[in-house]
Amino acid sequence: MTLDDFTSACSALAAEAPARIAAADSLDAWTAVRNDLVGRTAGRLTAIMGTLGEIPKEDRRVAGQAANAVKVELERLLDERQAELATSRGAGPQIDGTMPSRVTWQGARHPVTLVVDEIIEIFRELGFTVALGPEAEHAWYNFGALNFPADHPAMDLHDTLYLGKDTVLRTHTSPVQVRTLQAYPPPVRVLIPGTVHRRDPFDASHAPAFAQVEGLVVDEGITFADLKATLSHFARRFFGAGTKTRFRPSYFPFTEPSAEMDVSCGVCGGSGCSVCKQSGWIEILGSGLVHPAVLESAGLDSTRFTGWAFGLGPGRTALARHGIPDIRILYDSDVRFLEQFSR
Amino acid sequence: MNISHSWLKAFVPHTLTPEQLRDLLTAHVATVEGLSRTRADLAPFVVARVVESEKIPDTKLSFNKVDDGTGTLLEVVCGAPNVTVGTIYPFARSGTLMPAGFTIEKKKIRGFTSNGMLCSARELGLGEEHDGILALDTDAAPGTPLLDVLPLSDVVLDVDVLPNRPDLLSHLGMAREVAALTGIAHRLPEELDTLAPVPTLAASGASEASVGGVTVRIEDLTGAPRYCAVVIRGVKVGPSPEWLVKRLEAVGSRSINNVVDATNYVLHGFGQPTHAFDLAKLSRQTVVVRRAKAGETLVTLDGAERKLTPEMLVIADADRAIAIAGVMGGRDSEVTDTTTDILLEVASFSAPLVRATRRALGMSSDASYRFERGIDDVATGEMSRLCAGLMARLAGATVESVISVGAAPAPRTAVSLDAARVSRLLGDSIPATETRALLTGIGFAMVEASAGVYAVTPPSWRHDVTRDVDLIEDVARLRGYDRLPDTLVGARPGTVPDHPLHVVSVRVRDALTAAGLLETKPLPYTRSDDDSLVRVDNPLANDEPFLRTSLVETLSRRAEYNLSRMQGNLRLFEVGTSFIKDGAALVREEIRVGALLMGLRRPVHFTEPQPPVFDAWDAKALAEVMARAAWPGARVALVNPEGEAAGALTPLWRVEVDGTRVGVVGQLILDAPAWAAATFGIELTLGEMSAAYVAAPGTHNYDAPRPAAAAGAPLRYVPLPVTPAADFDLALLVPDALAAAEVEAVIRDASGDMLERLVMFDEFRGTGVPAGKRSLAWRLTFRHPERTLRDKEIDGRRSQLLKTLEQKLNVVPRTA
Ligand SMILES: [Zn+2]
Repeated sequence: MTLDDFTSACSALAAEAPARIAAADSLDAWTAVRNDLVGRTAGRLTAIMGTLGEIPKEDRRVAGQAANAVKVELERLLDERQAELATSRGAGPQIDGTMPSRVTWQGARHPVTLVVDEIIEIFRELGFTVALGPEAEHAWYNFGALNFPADHPAMDLHDTLYLGKDTVLRTHTSPVQVRTLQAYPPPVRVLIPGTVHRRDPFDASHAPAFAQVEGLVVDEGITFADLKATLSHFARRFFGAGTKTRFRPSYFPFTEPSAEMDVSCGVCGGSGCSVCKQSGWIEILGSGLVHPAVLESAGLDSTRFTGWAFGLGPGRTALARHGIPDIRILYDSDVRFLEQFSR
Repeated sequence: MNISHSWLKAFVPHTLTPEQLRDLLTAHVATVEGLSRTRADLAPFVVARVVESEKIPDTKLSFNKVDDGTGTLLEVVCGAPNVTVGTIYPFARSGTLMPAGFTIEKKKIRGFTSNGMLCSARELGLGEEHDGILALDTDAAPGTPLLDVLPLSDVVLDVDVLPNRPDLLSHLGMAREVAALTGIAHRLPEELDTLAPVPTLAASGASEASVGGVTVRIEDLTGAPRYCAVVIRGVKVGPSPEWLVKRLEAVGSRSINNVVDATNYVLHGFGQPTHAFDLAKLSRQTVVVRRAKAGETLVTLDGAERKLTPEMLVIADADRAIAIAGVMGGRDSEVTDTTTDILLEVASFSAPLVRATRRALGMSSDASYRFERGIDDVATGEMSRLCAGLMARLAGATVESVISVGAAPAPRTAVSLDAARVSRLLGDSIPATETRALLTGIGFAMVEASAGVYAVTPPSWRHDVTRDVDLIEDVARLRGYDRLPDTLVGARPGTVPDHPLHVVSVRVRDALTAAGLLETKPLPYTRSDDDSLVRVDNPLANDEPFLRTSLVETLSRRAEYNLSRMQGNLRLFEVGTSFIKDGAALVREEIRVGALLMGLRRPVHFTEPQPPVFDAWDAKALAEVMARAAWPGARVALVNPEGEAAGALTPLWRVEVDGTRVGVVGQLILDAPAWAAATFGIELTLGEMSAAYVAAPGTHNYDAPRPAAAAGAPLRYVPLPVTPAADFDLALLVPDALAAAEVEAVIRDASGDMLERLVMFDEFRGTGVPAGKRSLAWRLTFRHPERTLRDKEIDGRRSQLLKTLEQKLNVVPRTA
């Protein structure tokens, strides 16, 4: 074996190898080619290098370098081809990833429930729990216990549906104030969501049955400042951090002093627009310090305990929030409307 | 209540703009809902000066050059005889909409172009004068808006006066508040400076009096505590002066004649309803305040014939009723153009009686509105003086006599006010001196009864003040709600647990929305043709006067609504109240959840162009989801619905939780088009909402049993298996009459503890299966907790199991 024989064997292998490597069309074929060319046991380059000892001693260094150069080149070509084959491995049939996913039906809470739930969530942070009461209510709980003067124009504010002489469909959630105060000692901090009924026509802006949320706080030392602070906090959490509130005199038989709370109009920011009827304010809720007569109805000492309460209509809030033009849409239950509130 | 800005200014000479007044009243007194300008239709008109004028020959017309302030002289043709060069007139430019409803346009008249119109008073709606155009005595520059030159416009504030403050139903009432808030004293308007003298009579206490042949008698002193009658003779009924017409127009009251207008002036100005009778039409010159007689009728001013009852109070002459007290006068005794003598009534009537009467008659008037809320009953004498004096002056008449019967009202009871409680309730330190200043400013009298405690007597016009908190509200609002602090401070935790039905409702709602259902909140009313439902006594509309019992019935109507809009894929639910007629308690309420399934089980996907529709098994599964959400940890079973009444729903299963019935699953029959899929409904009762009295009025019930918090031991961890499982399948021929559940029970019983799982995975009828039977296949999974099961053990169990099934149920494997 001469140096020439050795180098020509190397050159022949180097000339033949690139085409064979390129022809390997699968990882299996690539493995076979690699084993044939540079395999440790049966590789042809390995066999050529096995003849290095037969070369005259003075030529071995050159021969070794020639064989090594071929090895480096073949391994480079093999690595490249392996990488090419690996990227196309397992592709199988093509997938168009832009096609739609397999979805299931999406459920949704009713928009009025969304408002109620959000109110409850905000007041829960302040330690409120949820109290409930019946819709078919004793007239005493609905009116008498709440300091409604008998046979007075104040009653005209509550067009009432009667179920009997002394049974009404409750016109507000306030009866639950008295029920709760009768059942639990102060401190009382509750929210009262529920359906209430009025003898109103079913038209674009009225419904005979609608949701109300009431809040009640009774303890020693509760003040009008607490009312203002808590409700303003609620307004900022519900309508946004920059929301301003305004309190103005009002009248409810069961609160004294009574106050209506407005929030700064979110549409115009207070400068006046059609939504706020140019006033810059939106009416949100009625509130006031609990009338001592109400505390007394529930058997509480009105010189020791004070409290405040508020009530709002989440239906109106939902209409305003989502731009729903007709209150009847909330009741129709058209799935195309309800599905708009899917999470 | 309409408040005229200029009329109010006549009572209290403030300098506030309408907008400032609106904000002041809203913040401290009553909400102003809106501002409106009277004669806003005159806003486009300007004043213009006639610079040149010449007659157009053979016509009544003149051709003029007019300066309207635009810098260009306009050519204007005018038909009026009184066009004078140099004079200023109201001018409508081309394009101006006239009060009569037409628009002034540029046009050619007799070859002359006319670019607008010089206006007469009549054309502007300012009177009947039409002798010519309206010459204005003004220095205003041409082009100035007409409303800036003529004081025609007023601003009307629409004030929302709530039932507790009838004293605000007049300009005087608002003026008192504005005076207190601005510190500017209120006074009588200048137009009342020179009134004919009228003697003011103190209440005599007598129930009958006669003066100059006119007799007044009160037969019901409770219904009419005080009655003043003023006899005015020599009246000339005619139009009212312009200032009065304008005052009334501003508050929306049309001028009728000087006599009626005087009564309306006192009504809107001072809040005192009065009535003028034509004295000549009163039989025997007598006025009697009495209850109506049974069967008595009266034709009121509005032309309606009213049927009266003895519950109603009327004003009568010697023969018959002539007015319904405090509500409306009669047409026969109305003041007409020919009236010469008047009996003016200024009285106070019982608020509840006026309210009951006008409600029974289904009518309302400005007078009844005020009487039923309460008038200033001390002011009756003063009001007769003002009204009669004004009427006499306007109608050129003489006040002949004043007849006063009835008693003076009892003095108001003082309310005790602890000045410290003002600060304690409002959460701010408010000095007693400030409280005193604020309350005395609106007419309260305050006397310090003991240190820091005051006896506060309300003025006669306030009927809403009976307790200290009423006074504290006045202090708070006059001071300004916005000036009170609003610092959020910590609070003690409350004692009230969440209502269990709220907790359950939330859980069920979350489970249903997660399962893809849509929440509804429909009206809970329904129709019915029997009386098994709770009926509303006084429904507004007669189409749905009943309260529903069944939630799925309500949902069915909503499904039909959707079908009529071509929506047939429905997954609806509601958590709401079911009203159940209950003899003793009238109504029993249950909080229920109802769900309705119809149409596609899944949305269409390209891998599944035609998804299956919901069937009974979906309904059964959903019922299980609902029941588990409502009663976590409890044993939920859907069983044969035997004994369940078919109502809105044809029952398929009864739902039981720990052996107790909670509801039903079934098929719903809707009024549905042919293309609609089958409909399934589920209705579960989550719990009862008691309407019982918690405790007697004025008492607590703190010791009564509370609703228990949702109990249940915490779930115990089951160790994960460490040994392999072994399973085999059983396909059994099961007779149709034999329930699968019975076969399962035998399998479980015979398999012993090591049976980990039993899953039915197939049902087959047809080839190889005898008629009257079906092949049901189960997969049984066994596991020993400590070691691997041997094949022989499993085979042994299988043979044993088949033997038992054959012995007990005569059920054999399909292959055998
Ligand atoms: Zn706005």
